[in-house]
Amino acid sequence: MERPEVEAKMTDLLVDELGIDRGKITMGARFEEDLEVDSLGVVELLMALEDTFGVAIPDEEAEAIGTVGQAVEVVLQKLEG
Amino acid sequence: MTSRRVVVTGLGTVNPLGPDVESFWGAALAGRSGVGQITAFDASGMRATIAAEVPDFDPEQYIERKEARRLDRYDQFFWAATHQALEDSGIAYEEDDPAALRAGVVVGSGIGGMISFQEGIDTMRRRGPDRVSPLAITQIISNMAAGLVSIRYHLYGPNTCTVTACAASANAIGDAAEIIKRGAADVMVAGGGEAPVCEFAVAGFSQARAISTRNDDPAHASRPFDLDRDGFVMGEGAATLILEEREHALARGAKIYAEVAGYGMSADGYHITLPRPGGGGAARAMQNALDDAGLQAGDVDYINAHGTSTQANDSTETAAIKTVFGDAAYSTPVSSTKSMTGHLLGGAGALESLVCILAIRDGIVPPTINYETPDPACDLDYVPNEARAVAVRNAMTNSFGFGGHNVSLIFKAHE
Repeated sequence: MERPEVEAKMTDLLVDELGIDRGKITMGARFEEDLEVDSLGVVELLMALEDTFGVAIPDEEAEAIGTVGQAVEVVLQKLEG
Repeated sequence: MTSRRVVVTGLGTVNPLGPDVESFWGAALAGRSGVGQITAFDASGMRATIAAEVPDFDPEQYIERKEARRLDRYDQFFWAATHQALEDSGIAYEEDDPAALRAGVVVGSGIGGMISFQEGIDTMRRRGPDRVSPLAITQIISNMAAGLVSIRYHLYGPNTCTVTACAASANAIGDAAEIIKRGAADVMVAGGGEAPVCEFAVAGFSQARAISTRNDDPAHASRPFDLDRDGFVMGEGAATLILEEREHALARGAKIYAEVAGYGMSADGYHITLPRPGGGGAARAMQNALDDAGLQAGDVDYINAHGTSTQANDSTETAAIKTVFGDAAYSTPVSSTKSMTGHLLGGAGALESLVCILAIRDGIVPPTINYETPDPACDLDYVPNEARAVAVRNAMTNSFGFGGHNVSLIFKAHE
């Protein structure tokens, strides 16, 4: 899967699964500060990433994800790895 | 300190008869049934395939989409009813308003987020524990509705929850009034709700042989006090009252609907589902409410019965009313809202309190619909099938829950 496709799917997932306004989503948007995703929302996000991309993201790696772009990177790495 | 009195200054509801107070009230006075075939899921394999559902409920009318999707339907109902009630009362607090420290919430629910409970367990069994939602617990717990509205509407005083089955929101109102009376708050959001229309709850109540199986004739299934009644019909929705210390309400020139005059409780101490034969427990709750209000039975102009449409409740409640009211039992109109709304379980007490308050306001009492064939064990005036103009000064509502919880509330015209 190429980067543009991952980015598009990531955006859809944030809108559909977490109810975030599409207009607020950029690759630089921070989950906590900009998108108001709380600790429960982060777990929802991880579950949705795993379901959508078929990748498993351990909690340690998940903690390092701060922005939408960083989540895209992690997914791309997992897909390649 | 002179004794503090408690008045009602705001009302809200979402229920099978309407999405707000006035549309509900119009439908109730017209004697409409809210019962139909279950649409929430495929009920074709169930003993009971009918319920009173809230049609076309859109939580996003009240709650931001991002928030709404995280909530159980029960929470959404209570949030909507509370939004309406606060708006009706004219009470609104800013985030750092010191008055908000004196405003609280008591919510009542029989079960809480039952739909989420069922879905969560289903997900765990099908897909494993790592697929259970991180919101599963907050969606299930019954108290969350009180927490949610305190967060949204900045209510920082006492915040609690009553879980006494079908008496839950009657307890919520009574307990909230007492919190104001003892000076711990000036304003209380009080009410409750239920969203039980899911396979597990319908199956469970069916197996307890508590609900009607008149599946081919849903509009006539809930028929309290009628000889051919065969169980209650499950309902859903919520109702909220804004309770306020009287001087506090007068000082801000609030519209006052009625006074919360009496709160009586008792336990049957008899059986997990069946009422004590003869209705002694229910009678004590009614008498306790009269004593609390300083009223005699003859002062009560209208009784909103628990009136579930089960064999056991309706005859026992009738006996209990006769015990307390004596000869006056026969001249006091008694009606069952559940004949139209179905049984909102934990939400019923609040919705039926709302009916008492509107009866006081408008001088009219809604009917018991589907009353066709008298039962010798139910021989009172049930206001059959048509609303009736009655000057109501004092109205009593009864709520009885599995476990033997009995609650009576009395509302009084404000003066």
